[in-house]
Amino acid sequence: MPKVSSKLAAAVKCSEEFNADACMHCGTCTAVCPMGYEILPRKLFRYVQVGLEDKVKENISSIYSCLLCGMCSENCPAEVNIPENIRFLRKYINENEFNLS
Amino acid sequence: MPLPTKDILGILADNLNQRKSVLPMSEAKTTRWAKGLDLPMGGKTIIYTGHMYQLIPVIDAMAGQMSKLEDTPITKMMGLGRFANKFVNMTFFMGLLASKTEQADYDRMLRNIALLLKKAGVDFGYLYGEEMYSGALVYDEGIDGSFAKHAQRVCDLFKKHGVTKVITVDPHTTHTLRTAYPQFVDGFDVEVKSYLEVLAESGLEPTQQLDEALTLHDSCLYARQEGVVDQPRELLGKAGVKMNEPDLCRKNTHCCGGPLESLFPAESHRIAGNRIDQLKEAGENITTMCPICLVGLRKAAKGTVQVNDISDTLAKAYGV
Repeated sequence: MPKVSSKLAAAVKCSEEFNADACMHCGTCTAVCPMGYEILPRKLFRYVQVGLEDKVKENISSIYSCLLCGMCSENCPAEVNIPENIRFLRKYINENEFNLS
Repeated sequence: MPLPTKDILGILADNLNQRKSVLPMSEAKTTRWAKGLDLPMGGKTIIYTGHMYQLIPVIDAMAGQMSKLEDTPITKMMGLGRFANKFVNMTFFMGLLASKTEQADYDRMLRNIALLLKKAGVDFGYLYGEEMYSGALVYDEGIDGSFAKHAQRVCDLFKKHGVTKVITVDPHTTHTLRTAYPQFVDGFDVEVKSYLEVLAESGLEPTQQLDEALTLHDSCLYARQEGVVDQPRELLGKAGVKMNEPDLCRKNTHCCGGPLESLFPAESHRIAGNRIDQLKEAGENITTMCPICLVGLRKAAKGTVQVNDISDTLAKAYGV
C-alpha cells in the first residue's frame, strides 16, 4: 500500500518554490515535453502533492532527466513554474537521499 | 546500468566546492582566447565568459568517455572515482584529451564576441585568471548549498574589482548571473546583459550585406527565461541575412538535449537528433547562440548539415 510521507508533504507545504497546487491536470506539460516520459511532469507532481515519497524515489532517474528547458511552463495555462518545481525535488533528493547540499 | 546520478553529482559539487568549477581547467586554457586583444584587467564593465566556450572541448572529450561507460559494470566504480577525485583533480586528465582544433574553434568564437563589442564602442575589461565558472550546472541539479557559496564567491570577486556591469556570452551564464544569483546573494546588484543585447542596443552597423540564409536555433534559456529573442534576429536581419525559422522557434523553441549530457548521454543524443531533424526541415546552415547547443547539434548532424555559432556570422557581417 502506498505510504504518505509526512516529511515530503511538510517540505512541499513549507516551500515557496513548489507551486504545483495551481495545476488543473490538463496534461499540456506532458504533451509538449521533449522527453516524452509519461511521469513528467504532471503525474510526478501529483505524487509529490499527496506525499507519496516512495513513488518519488522510484522515479529519481526521470526527475534528473528533466531538461529544465521550460517548454512545459511556457505552455502551462495555470502558470506553474515547472522547472523550479523540478529543482525543488532535486534539492529534496540531494539532501535526503544523496547526502548532498 | 545508467551512470550513477549520486556519484556524478557528488563529483560536480566537490569540484565546485574545492576547485571553484564543476570541471576545473588551467588558467592557460580559460584565458588563451584573449591573447593579443589587449583587454584591460578588471573595470566597471567586464566581459564574463563563465568558461562555457572554453569548457566545450573538455566536455566533448569527457562525454565521449562517459557514454562508453553508460550501461557497463564500470558505473559501479564511480563512487571510488568520487573518492579519488577529492585528492586528485580527475577532470584534469579528461582535459588532456580535448581536441586542439576544437579548442581553437571555440577560442575564435570568444574573440569574435570581444571584437564585436570593441567595434560597437563598448568599454570593457576582463578578469583573466580570476574569472570563475558561474555554477550553472550545480544550480540546475538543485545542489543549492554549494551553489549559494559559489555565487557569493563570484559576487565577492565583482566587489573586489568594483564591477557594476557584466556582459555575458552564453545563455547559461546569463541566466545564472541574472536570474539565479539575486535569489541566492543578498543585495546582488550587478547589471547582467548578454552580448547580443549589448550589440543590438549599440546601434552597430554591418560593414557588408551577406547574401545568405540561416536556420536559427533559439536557446531555451535565452528565449523563455531571458527575453533574448529579437536581438539576434535584428543583428542578422540588418546584415541582410534571410532567416529560416523551424516550426518550434522563439519562445516555443525545442531543447538541444545538452543539459542531460553529464548524467544521461544517450538520452541527450536522442533529443539532439530530434531537434536536428526539425531544424533540417526548415533549412540548412544551422546557427546557434549557445556553445552547449552548438556541440550537441553538431554531433547530431553528423556532417549532413553545417552548424555554426552566431558569432561567426556576426563577425563576418560586422567586419571584425
